[in-house]
Parts: sequence; structure tokens; C-alpha cells
Amino acid sequence: MRNRWRVLTPLLATCLVVTACTSGQPPAPAVQSSAPGAAASQAPAQGGTGAFPRNETLYTGGTQWGAPANFNPIRNWDHATGTNGLVYEPLFLFDPNTGTFTPWLAESGAWADDTTYELKLRQGVTWSDGKPLTAADVVFTFELGKMKTVPYANLWTFLKSAEAVDAQTVRFSFSKPNYQQWANALYSRVIVPKHVWESRSEEDVVNGVNDKPVGTGPYTYHSHDQDRVAWVKRDGWWATKALNKDVKPKYIVDIVNSSNEVAMGLLLQNGLDLSNNFLPGIANLVNGSFGVKTYYPEPPYMLSANTAWLVLNTEKKPMDDPAFRKAVAGAVDTKKIVEGVYGNLVRPANPTGLLPQWDKYVDQNVVSELGFTFDQAKAKKMLADAGYKDTDGDGFVENKDGSKIQLKIEVPAGWSDWMESIRVIAESAKAVGVNLTPEFPDYNALVDKRSSGKFDMMINNERQLSNTPWMYYDYLFQLPIQKAQNTVNFGRYENKKAWELVQELDGKKPEDEAGMKEVLSRIQRIQLEEMPAIPLWYNGLWSQTTSSVWTNWPSSAPDAPKSAPTMWRNWLELGGILTLTEIQPAKG
Amino acid sequence: MRRYFGRKLLIYGLTFFAAVTINWLIPRLMPGDPVASMVSRANLTQPEAVAAMQAYYTGLFGLDLPAWQQYLNFWGALLRGDLGISIWLFPTPVADVITRAVPYTLGLLVPAILLSWWAGNRFGAFAARRRLLDNTVLPVGYILTATPYMWLAILLAWGLGIVAGIFPVAGGYSYAMRPNLSWEFAGSLALHWFLPFLSLFLVAFGGWAIGMRNMIIYELEADYSSYLAALGAPRRLIRRYAFRNAVLPQITGLALQLGVLVAGALVTEVVFSYPGLGSLILKAIQNQDFFLLQGIFLFIVTGVLIANFVIDIVYVLVDPRTRAGMGAEA
Repeated sequence: MRNRWRVLTPLLATCLVVTACTSGQPPAPAVQSSAPGAAASQAPAQGGTGAFPRNETLYTGGTQWGAPANFNPIRNWDHATGTNGLVYEPLFLFDPNTGTFTPWLAESGAWADDTTYELKLRQGVTWSDGKPLTAADVVFTFELGKMKTVPYANLWTFLKSAEAVDAQTVRFSFSKPNYQQWANALYSRVIVPKHVWESRSEEDVVNGVNDKPVGTGPYTYHSHDQDRVAWVKRDGWWATKALNKDVKPKYIVDIVNSSNEVAMGLLLQNGLDLSNNFLPGIANLVNGSFGVKTYYPEPPYMLSANTAWLVLNTEKKPMDDPAFRKAVAGAVDTKKIVEGVYGNLVRPANPTGLLPQWDKYVDQNVVSELGFTFDQAKAKKMLADAGYKDTDGDGFVENKDGSKIQLKIEVPAGWSDWMESIRVIAESAKAVGVNLTPEFPDYNALVDKRSSGKFDMMINNERQLSNTPWMYYDYLFQLPIQKAQNTVNFGRYENKKAWELVQELDGKKPEDEAGMKEVLSRIQRIQLEEMPAIPLWYNGLWSQTTSSVWTNWPSSAPDAPKSAPTMWRNWLELGGILTLTEIQPAKG
Repeated sequence: MRRYFGRKLLIYGLTFFAAVTINWLIPRLMPGDPVASMVSRANLTQPEAVAAMQAYYTGLFGLDLPAWQQYLNFWGALLRGDLGISIWLFPTPVADVITRAVPYTLGLLVPAILLSWWAGNRFGAFAARRRLLDNTVLPVGYILTATPYMWLAILLAWGLGIVAGIFPVAGGYSYAMRPNLSWEFAGSLALHWFLPFLSLFLVAFGGWAIGMRNMIIYELEADYSSYLAALGAPRRLIRRYAFRNAVLPQITGLALQLGVLVAGALVTEVVFSYPGLGSLILKAIQNQDFFLLQGIFLFIVTGVLIANFVIDIVYVLVDPRTRAGMGAEA
């Protein structure tokens, strides 16, 4: 027996020794490395080990929910954080607060006539491999869209041709000038280098990992692991000379999220400088002495990023009746959601659902005439007037034909804030006599139901802030209804007149504000009369910052920068990149 | 001997086949279409683009084939060592995703399982018949085993991580470092490893200690112990015999515990954001990544089967009766 134990003992002993020598590290250096880079700030000369000195590194989080799997700018929904924006850059930036376009890779751009757009490129922009950016790169990038599986393939439904007039000039000709969509493409599409990409197949363009990204931006790829991606600043970024702007952090390390709790923990340990996670209860930290800041020091704490809509399936009874939809709109206690569920982290939405940044596009006359307000007594009366009565005395109203109304409202399981919200909505509905119960299916199951139209009600916030409210009306009214509605008009609402107006809006130039407003007013009249989907609240641009290493974060304070404090995908071109040029090291 | 192992191997083979089949089946019974949710994340504006993309990826993943063909292809690819492409981490091959996570999970599980087993048994044996220890420390053991991994993990993360600031709360190694061969990096690895390890170790430790303590008391009261004592054998010797007998059920228990520990590791890894297989399973389920899920389960099933096989061998080594039985058969 003793002999047999001898077989096992060395095994166990090895384990013990291994653990002993790993966990038995002297605590001092270990503690330093626990708060990322604390060690480094004391001993910055660790270059040999490839460490990131704390005082030169910006730690971000809240964008990436899985290991960085590709650096492909075409895949702007799942590429590693920063691929677009830090490495690849767009022609323009768009500032949602002021509604202005800032020339970025472009020096200027203008409509030569109604169907021709001429773009002048900036001089002296180089790719990170040293080659200059030319008009051929821009033409090449847009022509990639001729491949059907490239996400911006739809541009070619109204774009006729793109040609390089000379090295710095590109001329775009349109078969049908959709000015609003085009303006959107100008800042949301990044330019890729022709000399690197031209040999790639469609397969490679759409699905390639692109592990050595060559871009014009201020950073290049440094390294990545399954829970992080690191970017390093490169010399010779064009904007340093041309615009006198410089990004301050030498390294950016974006940390992959596993949960909001972990993000909160890292933030409190000063391991994250910028967290773009939704952290419930962040107000307590902002008001306490934890060194965590948000854009506004008071409610709503965050800038608004998108609208949460209550989507009603207009193909089903009784949601096919505008009177019913409007009654529901008046019955929902949004204030209770904003205060009770979110602790004032969000704002209640305007009856049109247009974000605060688009306030100027809201026709206040139409809103005051037709807009809804929270009034359950009135909602009840609207239901009664429209013929919804409680005929069997169970406390809930019935359909006009006397059949029972039993509706479900759904959000994905695990989305805790939304789950609480629909509980409030279901209560509100019951208060006016509509039998509505909350349900929480798996996310993928809900996506299925959503695209096939097999739901009653749900919450959705698919469309984000952009340069034009056209985006929102495209979302509400797009026709024709397909077998699968994957991205827009989930409620399958059909109104030809409204869709024509939305297309008319697309044909207005962005600088023609009066013309846009005129069409928008007509759209909003239909929207409020028909209420195809009910705007609830504005989700925030979740953003928490700490100032132990980097200061001068954007905020509502008078002398602070006003750009978007975020690394979210498609937000670097909405000002996120400017934030990186504004922040300052805390010491020295 | 050969027959014994032959039979065992056959059983393991069948188990493996069944497990892999179930593992192939389960994700496909989940509601929803992975390609649809993948495409919906792409946020395309134009329905034509959506249709084109959907068709493309369905073909790419072979999800447009009839189920039986998918199943055959799956075995074919498996035998070639090809686990497919991850949907969630497109376009990374599943094998790559798993290989990167495995060292972390093994580094966590193997020491936690073996050390807790060893220490728990030693401690349980030691505590039995020592009233003071029995009354003070073992109740703690009861509390520990009854503690859900997650709860203990969160307590540890909060107490030692955020409040005391001694340990990091997330990641496999410091976010300020890159993997390299240095003491600093090893230290960082160890520091990030310690809390997840501790939470697994503590919970398992409590269970083993209680089990062992009860077994020892039982054995010490058995006839052979009394007989030995009556013969005047030293106490030490009696206890050693009791321990050898008491440890046998614990070995069986170890085999049974393995599966549970894998689940425990899942939760622990999620809490500490530790980059092992556990975190991957959760994400794979959430994102309906069939191929990743299959790959991970395949790995776990194989691991648990191998571990059980090893324990079978150990059993032959430590229990003379098993060998006697085999001798009679052969």
C-alpha cells in the first residue's frame, strides 16, 4: 500500500510545488500588476517585457463582448474595437450635437449639380505602410460595394459611378440622388487602401480576418488576446500637421466585457479609464466620492444615443387599429420606467421619438396638436370610444367582435432593465383594461419572431443616432413588407403615403433645412395620427470615466470638450476620435 | 486485466458516441436561427443585402443541408480534427478558440480538484475524533460545501478584490502586460489565477473533509479496528488502516465530482471574467454558436471520460479487491 501511495505522492507534490511557487510570489510586485499598469507607472522602463506603461495607456471597455476575432473594416458590426476610427478613417466626421460635418480624409465635398458629387481629398495623408492616400483608394472602397454581400451594397442602387478625376478628386454620379443616405455614407464608411485590398476575393473582403490592418488613422495594431486588443500610436498621422490635433494615449487597450459587474469592478480599481457599459445605479457612484464621472453630473447623466420603441405588430388584432395603438401610447407610464427602472439614467422620449439632438426637426405644432401624453383616464375613454368594451366582466376589454384580447410583450431574457420596463408597461396596460403579459424569450428566439412577425409587442432600439432623422422614418415606414423583416419596420406597418414621404425626405439635401422640415412635418402628422410604433425613452450613450490617469473628459461643464466620450462601433466617427485628442495625461 | 479494461473501453466508447450525438443535437433544438441573429447584428439597411448575406452564411456553415447530412458531415469533420468555424467569433476556427482557452481552464481545474481532494481528505481524517476541531472547523466545512460557487466567488471578488484591493477582479493576466517568459508575467498569471482557484478549492474542500471525517469515524468503529486495538496495535497503525479503507469511496466520489466541478468552473470563470472554457460556453449559448458549443462539450466530455478512466486505473492500484476480482475472471 505504501508503495502505491508513492505513485500518487509525487503527482500531488508537483501540484503543490507549482501552486506554491506561483501563488507564493512576493506580494509587492504582484499587487502592482493587479491594478493594470500600476507597476508600470512606477517603473516605466519595462519596454522589454512588452508592458503598457500605465501613464501612457488608455484602458477602455464596453464595446467588445467577445474575443477580438477580426480587424476587417467591412464588418463594422463585429470587428475589434477601434478598427474603424483608430485605424481606418472616414471621409468626414459628423458632430451630432451641432449637426455639422467636419472634413476628415476629405478636404471638401460638394454637389456639382443635382446628381454629381465632387470630393476633394486632403493632401499629405499616408497609409501606415507609407504609401499616399489617393482618389483611387476612395473609388476602390466604394466599388467594393458592388459585391452583393458587402454591407453597403445598397449604395449602388442609386449610385451610378465613382471615378477618380485626378489623384485628389473623386466624382460620384447618381442615378437617383438620395442625399440623406449619401451624407450618412460619407461619414460612416471608412476608406481602405487599394494596393492592399485589390487582390482579395469577395470571400476575403467580407470574411477575411485582415490581421495586419493598414489604415490612415492615428493608431496601428499592437497585439490582441482573447480578452483584450491593444493599439499603439503611430508616427505621422496626417491630422497632427493638418489640423493640429494629436491623440494623447500612446497605447489603447480595449478590454473585452464579460459582464457589467466586472466592468464596475475594474472601474472602481482604476483599471478602466473609459467604460461604455450600461451600469445600473451608476448615479450613486457619480454622486459619491468614487472618482467616477459621466457626461452630465445630474440626470440624465448620459448623452442620448437611441430611442427605445414599443413596437406593435400591426398585422394582428387589435394592434392593427390606430385608435388602439394611440390608447396604449397614452397608457404607458414612461415616467415610472425612467425613474423606477433606470434611476433617471434615461430621458422620456418626445412623442415623435426623434432624439434630443434632432429637436429642430420636430414640428412642435403637430406635436402639440396630435402628440400623446400619459393619461390613463383618457386612454380608457379612447378605448371605449373606439369600441373596445369589457363585455364579459373580467376586467379586461374585448375586441370589437367580442373575442378576448390576450397580448404578450417580449424582450430578450437577461436584459434586466428592459425586463423591468415591460413589467411596468404590462401594469400600465392592465390599468386601462388591456390584458398584456410580459414574456422573456431567448434573444435568438425573439429575433426569429421579430423577423417573421410572430409577436404582439416588443421593445426595440435598432436604429442609432445619425446625421438624419430619415434613418428613423426609414425604420418606421420602410416598404414593401418582406417575408422576413430583419432590420426595419418590425411591426409590418403599411402606409404607402408615408413611405413616399420618407423617400421624398431622402431626396432633400442636408443643407436644405426648410425643405426637410416641410416633409418631416407631413411625416410626423401621419406618425402621430397612426402611431405605428410608440416611442418610450432615449437610451443613453453609456459612458463612465475616471480621472486618475487621463483628465479633461467630455462633459457638460462649460470649458470641457463636447465630443462623444465613447469607443462604441460607428461612434468614433461621431466624435469619439476627437475625444482621444482632447484628453490629457493627469500628471505631467 | 485485459478483459476488465476492454469492457471499460467499450463502455467509454459508447458513452462518447452518445454524448457527441446529444451534443450535436441540443443546440439544434434551441429556438432561433444563429445565422439570422448574426445577420441582424450586421444592422444592414437594405433587405436585398440581408437576403444575400443570410444565404451566404447559411451555405458557409452548411446549415442548409438536411439534418442527417449535417450530422454525417459533423462526424466526418470531427475525425479529421476539424471543429468548424465559430459563428460568434467569426471567422476564427473553433479549434483555435478552444486551444486558447484550455490552458486557463485546466490550470484552474486540475489543481483545484486534486488539491481540494488531497487536502480535504487529509483534513477530514485528521479532524475525526478530535473533538475541538470537529466542533469548530467542520461546521465551516458544511457551510463551504453548501455554498454555491458563484456566491463564494462574488464574495471573494468583492472582499479581496475591490475592498482590499489585493487581487484583480478580471482577466487571465494583467491588462498591462503581454505574454512573455518572465517572473513578472508568471506572477501576474498567478495573481489572477488565485481567486478563481480559491473559490473552487474551498467549496470542494469542505465536501471532501466532511465525507472523509464521517468515513473515518465509521471505520474506526468497525470490528477490525476494535480487534486491532484489542491486540494492542498502536493508534497510528489503526488510523492508517482506517484511512485506506475510507479513501476508496472518496475516489469514486472524485470521479462523480468531476462533472460538477466543470460546471462550477463555468460559473467561477464568468464571475472573474477568467478567459477559460466556462466563459466561452456561456457566450456560445447566448450567441447560438453551434460549432463552438459542440467543440467545447466535445472537449469536456473527452476530458471527463479520460479522468474517469484514470480513476479506474487508480482504483485497480489502490484496491486489492478489484485486482482479486479481475484475477478470478481472467
